[in-house]
Amino acid sequence: MNSKTQNKIAIGGLYGIAGLVVLILLALLGYILVSGVPQLSWHFLTAPGKAFLKGGGVGIQLYNSFYLLILAMLISFPIALGAAVYLYEYAKDNWVTTTIRTAIEILSSLPSVVVGLFGFLFFVVKLHLGFSILSGAFALTFFNLPLLTRSIEDSLRTISDVQREGGLALGLSRWETVTRVILPAAVPSILTGVILSAGRVFGEAAALIYTAGQSAPALDFTDWNPFNISSPLNPMRPAETLAVHIWKINSEGIMPDAKAISSGSSAVLVIAILLFNFAARYLGKRLYKRLTSA
Amino acid sequence: MKTTEQLEAKLKRRSKAAKLEIWGRLVSLTALMLIVAVVVAIIGFVASKGIATFTSNHVSLWDFLSGKSWNPGVNGANGKPEVGALPMIVGSFLITILSAIVATPFAIGTAVFMNEISPNKGAKILQPVTELLVGIPSVVYGFIGLSVVVPTTRAIFGGSGFGILSGTCVLFVMILPTVTSMSADALRAVPRYYREASLALGATQWQTIYKVVLRAATPGLMTAVVFGMARAFGEALAVQMVIGNAALMPNSLVSPSSTLTSVLTTGIGNTVMGSLQNNALWSLALVLLFMSLVFNLIIRLIGRKGRLQ
Repeated sequence: MNSKTQNKIAIGGLYGIAGLVVLILLALLGYILVSGVPQLSWHFLTAPGKAFLKGGGVGIQLYNSFYLLILAMLISFPIALGAAVYLYEYAKDNWVTTTIRTAIEILSSLPSVVVGLFGFLFFVVKLHLGFSILSGAFALTFFNLPLLTRSIEDSLRTISDVQREGGLALGLSRWETVTRVILPAAVPSILTGVILSAGRVFGEAAALIYTAGQSAPALDFTDWNPFNISSPLNPMRPAETLAVHIWKINSEGIMPDAKAISSGSSAVLVIAILLFNFAARYLGKRLYKRLTSA
Repeated sequence: MKTTEQLEAKLKRRSKAAKLEIWGRLVSLTALMLIVAVVVAIIGFVASKGIATFTSNHVSLWDFLSGKSWNPGVNGANGKPEVGALPMIVGSFLITILSAIVATPFAIGTAVFMNEISPNKGAKILQPVTELLVGIPSVVYGFIGLSVVVPTTRAIFGGSGFGILSGTCVLFVMILPTVTSMSADALRAVPRYYREASLALGATQWQTIYKVVLRAATPGLMTAVVFGMARAFGEALAVQMVIGNAALMPNSLVSPSSTLTSVLTTGIGNTVMGSLQNNALWSLALVLLFMSLVFNLIIRLIGRKGRLQ
């Protein structure tokens, strides 16, 4: 067999593999959307779940997912921002910095179930927070921190050193250079990173099973006092999210329409992730145009 | 005299900007230290709980790692509690290695296709689709496994359909996008002139890909595969939903079995803190943590070796 036929066969094979992979991936997306979208309705998205009967919705779970996401982001964003600024703008290139980077990498490679178990041990049991939104938000923070830190650091890396030198040459301190010059320039790509990590947090379940709990008590959406147990804002109530709900009803659910509810919930999750992705791209580009002269 | 002293004191005082600088540096350092503290705390807590099985319950490490029957709370024939974790360890490794073996050719083939053969189609179709699929929650993969893969294996091989094979299928699809996009990054890092030099020497496109590009990108490709394996090893819910959750040695690919993560997710809520049953589960978590550190180390070693070349 000469090298030309070999070449043709190999290239053909690669076409085949790539085609197969596209087929698998599209079939996956297609299956989720085709089986899930017909389940979606206003009622499904807003009604509370039913334990034994048909026709329950995922309203509370959907709300919990967003509430947890916002809380987790509120806690993790400032920490990740500070850590990234120190790592990229201040830290010297020595063994201490290398060790810290390694620690962050280890945190990002920990299985999320281990992070969840630590959250269970520390927040739920030791600090007596119980199965609560707060415990869940902390667990999600740990899960999110390394990724967000890395993505913000990458954003800082894209800002050219000319900007830093310019700031320092104008007599600004390093901190002022960072807050007045570098961060505004990095906002678009930081925002993109934040939204993409929000997508990951939104779908996380393993870290939440033993921290935010697996039950979704009824909420009273007219009561906005965070200290009342049925208030949607109360951070101390157990809160099953949409992703946990899918797992829960598939492993121990007893409602007759568990499959339909899981299909619908999966579709909601995937559509939400899609929206996060598009929003990240669109907003990033838009902001970049707005904030720079490009 | 007083005025000069005042002036000196005024000049020696830190300016507002200098104070701000110190404050900012301190705040950002605190944030960084917080992350480090979290890492140390996680490892410390899980390790201290995981070791309790061996220190306070006096189970020998060897019995734990090589025992084949997992039934904490029941004493075995030798009068010691049955905490053999081998079935779970074997299950985890088997499922990880199998899914990596299946996923690697597909992932690297796709990465080569989108980088070397058809960059246009790659950028337009493959890249967005893989990037999107990286973000799909693992429970969704688990649910699809439960409603599509398990019934299919049941129809083909009989039995319950739950088992290593279903788990492998689910993990294969789950790590495929991750490994593909990381492999594509590795190929992209190979300088363009490598390809040009090879083609100029009269090599065909396939020879260039096989003998030059893939060789040059080997460290990056290996990192991608190990990364996928680490993800597969640590995946909990998607696997738990399709593996069958029977803590038995897997005697075939289609018999119900379990992994470290699946036993953890199902067990930890049903045991009492501090009891042997609970401690044994924490020991499993410790094994999981240890393996994730090992994967991390492997990735680091590959990276170092790749840099030297």
